[in-house]
Amino acid sequence: MSMGFVIDAVYLVTAAIFIIGLKQMSSPVTAHRGIVWAGVAMVVASVVTFGAPQISLDLGSINLQLMLVAIIAGSAVAYVSAKRVAMTDMPQMIAMYNGMGGGAAAAIAAVELVKLAGGMESHGLTVQILAVLGAVIGAVSFSGSVIAFAKLQGIMKKTLRLPLHQVINIGLFLGVVYYGYLVSTGHPVEFNHVVIFFVLALVLGVMVTTPIGGADMPVVISLFNALTGLAVAFEGFVLNNAAMIIAGTVVGSSGTLLTQLMAKAMNRPLSNVLFSSFGSDGGAAAEEDIEGSMKEIQANDAAIMMAYAQKVIIVPGYGMAVAQAQHKLKEMEDLLEARGVVVKYAIHPVAGRMPGHMNVLLAEAGVDYDRILDLDEINPEFPNADVALVIGANDVVNPVARSNPDSPIYGMPILDADKAHNVIVIKRGKGAGFSGIENHLFYADNTQMLYGDGQKAVGELISGIKQL
Amino acid sequence: MIEGLPALYIFMLSAFTGYEVISRVPVILHTPLMSGSNFVHGIVLVGAMIVMGQAEGTLELTIGFIAVAMAAGNAVGGYVATVRMLDMFQTSKPKAESGQGAAS
Repeated sequence: MSMGFVIDAVYLVTAAIFIIGLKQMSSPVTAHRGIVWAGVAMVVASVVTFGAPQISLDLGSINLQLMLVAIIAGSAVAYVSAKRVAMTDMPQMIAMYNGMGGGAAAAIAAVELVKLAGGMESHGLTVQILAVLGAVIGAVSFSGSVIAFAKLQGIMKKTLRLPLHQVINIGLFLGVVYYGYLVSTGHPVEFNHVVIFFVLALVLGVMVTTPIGGADMPVVISLFNALTGLAVAFEGFVLNNAAMIIAGTVVGSSGTLLTQLMAKAMNRPLSNVLFSSFGSDGGAAAEEDIEGSMKEIQANDAAIMMAYAQKVIIVPGYGMAVAQAQHKLKEMEDLLEARGVVVKYAIHPVAGRMPGHMNVLLAEAGVDYDRILDLDEINPEFPNADVALVIGANDVVNPVARSNPDSPIYGMPILDADKAHNVIVIKRGKGAGFSGIENHLFYADNTQMLYGDGQKAVGELISGIKQL
Repeated sequence: MIEGLPALYIFMLSAFTGYEVISRVPVILHTPLMSGSNFVHGIVLVGAMIVMGQAEGTLELTIGFIAVAMAAGNAVGGYVATVRMLDMFQTSKPKAESGQGAAS
């Protein structure tokens, strides 16, 4: 048995385990096993790769030395950052690790193209085209993910929209296509063309991502995740590596599906996310006909209302994550439960910065996951809930999504918090939500506002309940 | 060599597999699953290693080094992030450790 055969066999098994692992990750019961299996497969695949004929195992070889340093350095930085980061910041870290993968795929293509420019024999037009495709997608995913990271991390605050932004993007895209064509058909490939090609692709990734607002970022990160998968698959064809082809394609297609699910949950077609932003269309029209006024409530009154309720539904949003109020919420839940109040959590599919983001945070605080219900499960329960406690959520409970066809969020499925007997909204100030749309729920007769930082407000509720 | 039609077959079948595998995922697992698939494309590491093994000259070695380092970061970061998230779903009992997320 040759070493080549062993390596190919390991790659095949690795690909199979990745697929099984992803399948197991689709259920809370088996998810942990799934990622551990996939991890073991990844380690084995990486280790046997040292036996590949392209790699010299001579420790004096500069290639091997640098490779080991790179693996250790990359792993160490990623390990420490992933261990240390707070759960609330996880979305941007996923964006970062994803960008690294895209960058790696683009860098693989870069080495191949530089070799071609240096006079290496071409493996044929198809291989060259695939290398170039993987390079574009990987580079866009890399620079786009870095921008997504910067935005979510708060390093880059505003959404940059240049005049004629779309025209510039189209120009950049055509430039990438043109230089991609030159690079993939060149005999020999011009080194300068390769450089221009990569610069244009990286700039394109930046320009595509800058105009997209923070609310749409989860969809974009998911899309970049799928794109990186595709880039990896294309470079897999170039390197003739079955594990990369299969794993990359599986991530590409599952990632695309996930992206669609997310875009659908927000009722925003993917093209809208990518090519327009909130507020530019009809945001002003929705503000006119608000009836009623905002009524303020004191924490003690709110505490009494909840303590004597039979059923309380908590609706957390990104504001809860920012305020780190999940542990306090859990404490309040325990107190209410001790008094015989049924407490449930209602999670909108796009609450927070990613689907499932709220679930992760609540689980971190120790909330039972069978108490955490999604939109379809919880909506029928609002009409017989005594209190809906909205904390840091806004657009996902805005009834105009049901009633006002002019509103930019019209048609988005929302949580029917307004149908509860009483609604308490914990909010930092009177401003509008992420989308900048006024929330009619706040003005409704059965709604009362509890102003303050989420964690502090829940703390006051807790001491209020304790005093009873 | 994987070329021509067989390559397309692999591509097509993998694409359908990916679609099927996650088509029935509860919303609570969306973020961990995205993180998990993010880890899976960390397999780009093996490609980066092979390219690095063949690199000649300073420029190729530099790009190869970047490729390997980033790919390793993708794999390790993706794994740790996913495990940390999934750890929270493991038990439905309240956990004592509360400082981890609130640390920053």
